[in-house]
Amino acid sequence: MTLAAVVAVALFVGVIAYALFGGADFGSGFYDLTAGGSRGGSQLRTLIDHSIGPVWEANHVWLIYVLVIWWTGFPAAFADTMTTLFIPLALALVGIVLRGAAFAFRKYAETLAQARLFGAIFAGSSLITPFFLGAVAGSLASGRVPAGGYGDRISSWVNPTSLIGGVLAVTTCAFLAGVFLTADAARAGIHELTEKLRFRTLVVGVVTGVVVFAGLYPILQDAPTLSDGLLGAAAPLLVLAAVAGLATVYLLYRRRYSLARLPAAVAVGSVVAGWGVGQYPWMLVDEMTINDAAGADATLVGLLIVVGLAAVVVLPALTYLLWLTQTQRWTEAEG
Amino acid sequence: MIVEVVSMFDVASGGEPPGLLPARQQMAVSLGWHIILACFGVAFPSMIYVVHRRGLVRDDPVALGLAKRWAKVSAVLFAIGAVSGTVLSFEMGLLWPGLMGRFGDVLGLPFAFEGLSFFVEAIFLGIYLYGWGRMPPRQHLAMLIPMAIAGVVGTFCVVSVNAWMNNPTGFRIVDGVVTDVNPWRAMFNDGVWLQFLHMWVGAFMLVGLVVAGVYAAGMLRGRTDRHHRLGFTIPFTFASVAAIAQPFIGHFLGMRVNDSQPAKLAAFELSPTAEGPAPLRLGGLWIDGEVRWALAIPRLGSIIARNSLDAPVPGLDEVPPDDLPPVNITHLAFQAMIGIGTLLALSVVIYWLFRWRKNDLLDSRWFLRFAVVAGPLSIIALECGWIATEVGRQPWTVWQILRTTDAASRSSGLWWSYGGVLVIYLGMTIGAFVVLRSMARRWRAGEQDLPSPYGPAILADRDGEAEPAEAKDTLP
Repeated sequence: MTLAAVVAVALFVGVIAYALFGGADFGSGFYDLTAGGSRGGSQLRTLIDHSIGPVWEANHVWLIYVLVIWWTGFPAAFADTMTTLFIPLALALVGIVLRGAAFAFRKYAETLAQARLFGAIFAGSSLITPFFLGAVAGSLASGRVPAGGYGDRISSWVNPTSLIGGVLAVTTCAFLAGVFLTADAARAGIHELTEKLRFRTLVVGVVTGVVVFAGLYPILQDAPTLSDGLLGAAAPLLVLAAVAGLATVYLLYRRRYSLARLPAAVAVGSVVAGWGVGQYPWMLVDEMTINDAAGADATLVGLLIVVGLAAVVVLPALTYLLWLTQTQRWTEAEG
Repeated sequence: MIVEVVSMFDVASGGEPPGLLPARQQMAVSLGWHIILACFGVAFPSMIYVVHRRGLVRDDPVALGLAKRWAKVSAVLFAIGAVSGTVLSFEMGLLWPGLMGRFGDVLGLPFAFEGLSFFVEAIFLGIYLYGWGRMPPRQHLAMLIPMAIAGVVGTFCVVSVNAWMNNPTGFRIVDGVVTDVNPWRAMFNDGVWLQFLHMWVGAFMLVGLVVAGVYAAGMLRGRTDRHHRLGFTIPFTFASVAAIAQPFIGHFLGMRVNDSQPAKLAAFELSPTAEGPAPLRLGGLWIDGEVRWALAIPRLGSIIARNSLDAPVPGLDEVPPDDLPPVNITHLAFQAMIGIGTLLALSVVIYWLFRWRKNDLLDSRWFLRFAVVAGPLSIIALECGWIATEVGRQPWTVWQILRTTDAASRSSGLWWSYGGVLVIYLGMTIGAFVVLRSMARRWRAGEQDLPSPYGPAILADRDGEAEPAEAKDTLP
């Protein structure tokens, strides 16, 4: 494995982490949007505030981690992607900005009318961002970004793989969030809400499964290089994803909410990892390999030092935060 | 200045990439907006730490009440700070692909370290904000320490990249290709330490004066209780130290500019030709290659810019016409920063001198009025400082290495993106303003916890179906 490949793995670990943590965050917007009126949805919306409030900013930093490693380690590929996929990236960014701001504003809004406005912006933009980031992933995976950048600004992301990538991102985020929110509601002892979330998550889970399998055929036609990888080296990961997804649905059905979170994370993680393995060794599929895209060796070494520091400094702190939010004391007190 | 703006349009319409002007404007708006919130991210945790610690150690409910409110305010400010910072990350590639594609592996490492410090800040912010009443108090207080440290590291890292753009090192260019990359040398370039100090201290000035100004406004309206006095004094003390240190840091930073970027210094000083001793030209404009309407004070230019009685200040005539920065914007922004900075430094000295003489200026309405204005003034000074250094570096993005025309995106249609940024940032500004003001109003009315209006308990309470869930006791 080359130095560049090691850095690319570190980069992709960030992508997986963002898909899991950021994904669960974004997905909660779906339940917020469909929670119902102010009265009927108040319990669920408060649960969402409580679940993602302490962690959303930290979850969001995974995206920053991915961006900085990308542009520092693989600068040319980064610039080529940004110039080609300007529109979906800009729209994903709009979603990120609106969502973060509206989430914070809603929590401290004074009137119900203001809270409704901010809440609608928060929930709506929570769907926009994963869709466009999923579309970007689809574009990269199907080789729509040319070396040298400035590829076609529309057809680079309005194509089967990108659109399926976008829909898949939205549904997987919603599925993941549903599993976590159901577990949170169960731990807080809100029985009625737990049942409501359980049902919705099961529906989302089935839809996600349908999207994955229905989407596979167009992707196989549209993105030959990716398909070879998906059906080759990445095949075990896709099998794992299918098994874990089924296990999640089964555990939800059996009301083993806490346990269901593990296979849910495994399922989403292995879908994303499958994409990475599927397009290896390409950074820009059919255009630029990871080794060709890599920046100077001295910089790659520097990045690995940063990654090492992240493992020592950030991971323990992050674990502490996530552990705290799962403790009984944090679940009970309201604030 | 009008002439310059018009000529910028002229230039943009011929020859230059269509993305240049909108990219520049979008970057200026989004960076200028974010920098204010970044200052809060850097400086506010330290101030919250002081009031929170005072509340615990001295068992002081007023201080503890301030800490709780400031924490809630920071929840709003840090959220919009985090998302507007993300915008900048995207913009590095969306607007400046010519910079990132070619130099990403030279300048990127400090950004990676900045990512780490942002991570630390976001994690401990989450713990701190939600930790009230859920953790042992001392342990909860300690969560602010990593946030404050992350603020220092983050400032250093981000400023390091800008300092590199002013002092590019850590690479060679052979036949147009970037080689011999040493990212550590680029990160620890010659300009980084002073530029970092300048920005870090500037953040404390801005946040200290803005927060103090809020309480000064309250005192002007007759709310002169201990809550307001403490809320004024602690941030004002931070700002005082910063405001007094800043002129010295700025002076040494300015002295470097003579060696590193003489064209920028010539524009700062509105100096037509190299002369020594050089006068200080207050105000004035650069029109058709001549200085107009400036008030020249003999020798002061040499003293301020060169720390010498007669050392020359470089002249604009030494700069090739193609390499000339927009002189008037640079000069006026620079002098506005210096003027405001000097005024603020003098006024904090006067405040503390009076206080030392047992004369508290907080009883003077004129001082309180000034303290209210000092907040916006410090914001203007900080923005002007960034305008001066950024516009003064033009036409270069990387000083004498990469022109801004080559760094900017070649895409058309960037005006749409700029328009979108204007609309969204205006909306975010209004949203933040409305929410923060309503928080202050509710606090004044005696509410403490500010529960969300859609919470089940609140909705039930409204209908009179249940007892109020929130304790509505007021501060002593």
